[in-house]
Amino acid sequence: MLTGENIVQLVSGLLHWAYAQAGISSLAGVIDPIISAVVMFGFIAVFVMFLVWMERKVSAHMQSRIGPNRVGPLGLLQTVADAIKLTIKEDVKPVNRDKVPYFIAPIVAFVATFMGMVVIPFDKGVVVQDLNVGILYIIAITGFTVIAILTAGWSSNNKYALLGGFRSAAQIISYEVSLVLSVVPIIMITGTLSLSGIVEYQKQAGYWFILPQIVAFLIFITSATAEANRAPFDIPEAESELIGGFHTEYSGVKFAMFFLGEYIAVVVSSAVAVTLFLGGWLPLPYLDFLHIPGFVWFLAKLLLVIYLIMAFRWTFPRLRVDQLMDFGWKVLIPISIINILATAVVWFCLYGKGAQ
Amino acid sequence: MNLELIQNLLPLALALTLAVAVPAAMMILSALLGPKHDTQTKLSTYECGIQGPAIEGDARHHFNVKFYLIAMCFLVFDVEVVFLFPWAVLFQKMAWGGFFSMVAFLGVLAFGWYYLLKRGAFEWE
Repeated sequence: MLTGENIVQLVSGLLHWAYAQAGISSLAGVIDPIISAVVMFGFIAVFVMFLVWMERKVSAHMQSRIGPNRVGPLGLLQTVADAIKLTIKEDVKPVNRDKVPYFIAPIVAFVATFMGMVVIPFDKGVVVQDLNVGILYIIAITGFTVIAILTAGWSSNNKYALLGGFRSAAQIISYEVSLVLSVVPIIMITGTLSLSGIVEYQKQAGYWFILPQIVAFLIFITSATAEANRAPFDIPEAESELIGGFHTEYSGVKFAMFFLGEYIAVVVSSAVAVTLFLGGWLPLPYLDFLHIPGFVWFLAKLLLVIYLIMAFRWTFPRLRVDQLMDFGWKVLIPISIINILATAVVWFCLYGKGAQ
Repeated sequence: MNLELIQNLLPLALALTLAVAVPAAMMILSALLGPKHDTQTKLSTYECGIQGPAIEGDARHHFNVKFYLIAMCFLVFDVEVVFLFPWAVLFQKMAWGGFFSMVAFLGVLAFGWYYLLKRGAFEWE
């Protein structure tokens, strides 16, 4: 049967045979991680390009337009053309910038989100590195986005950029709390921080956590949308008042890095949502006789959640700053704390007799 | 450092190297390959056509203290949230004892939250 694990075993077997032929078997422990990291990098690059095309098609569909349709079939190569255009553009360096932070900020924005993808299990055993503290690692590493945004806003030495950076940072840290709190009930039920472990638990339990934890799922999706600075929470980039927010002074490839980072952030939070709440690589109930490989299920669920986040952007109007802060601090945080306590009480009522 | 830890972290370190090197290389390449038509106006700070002291000039200026306040609140809440993680992992083993300790802990947090709410820390004028 074709599964993601079998493919990985096949490829790794072929690679190890090639190492033996080349006489470098002793280096396999170093070359294997390099190859898996490169594969993940390539996958992310292609997938994000596809997502940009998808977002433009989705928005066009919702606004009764056609969307990109000239470059390649169905306009699929439009994003490739855009990437080439951004690369060969003039690199405008405003004179008032702080040279080193101005250069580092786009790299940090890209690294912080890309490193989150490294621990996401695409199928049983198909993961660059399955950390036993996976979920904590993702929360920690994606937190660096705030630093990138603040650095970009500050080093541009532009009032629009500075205000955009501050607003963005305030928004991200406000929703970070509810995002992390919405993950805690899952850890309480499974007793593990490993992403693969959480999927395995859902397999054994026979249900996905979206059923008992629908509240946590809604909080997670809302907070993740706010964390990625996407509409309806895109006040930091509100074009009509702050031009471009923290990336006002950035152009060309440097701008592309922020843009990529934003899309990878959407991919990471959707992937975490799929893993925690939608059963990861597990097939839909009653459909496991189809023998569809796990990573196909994972990608299908991932695209569904990403479509949901895209649909938010094109259906809801932008919130005001005070509404945004009110919603985060006065609504989401209390609800998620109550959700944690309620989960604990319900768990004791159901399984309490078995506990010591 | 034990060997297992290094083996666990090696792929992450390699991915990190890749993730730093590729964007940096692309940015340097683009700076080398792209056209260079620098003019003083183009390189000056972007002000969107609006003139006056509110927009022009150095950006390192006074800004709303509200941002600082939000950051302080975040710090308090995020530290509390980090304490929740080990508790959540061991939640089933600790049973009621652990639950009531956490209720007391969250009770203090809720009191602080209520205080901030009443003092208007979450109000954005």
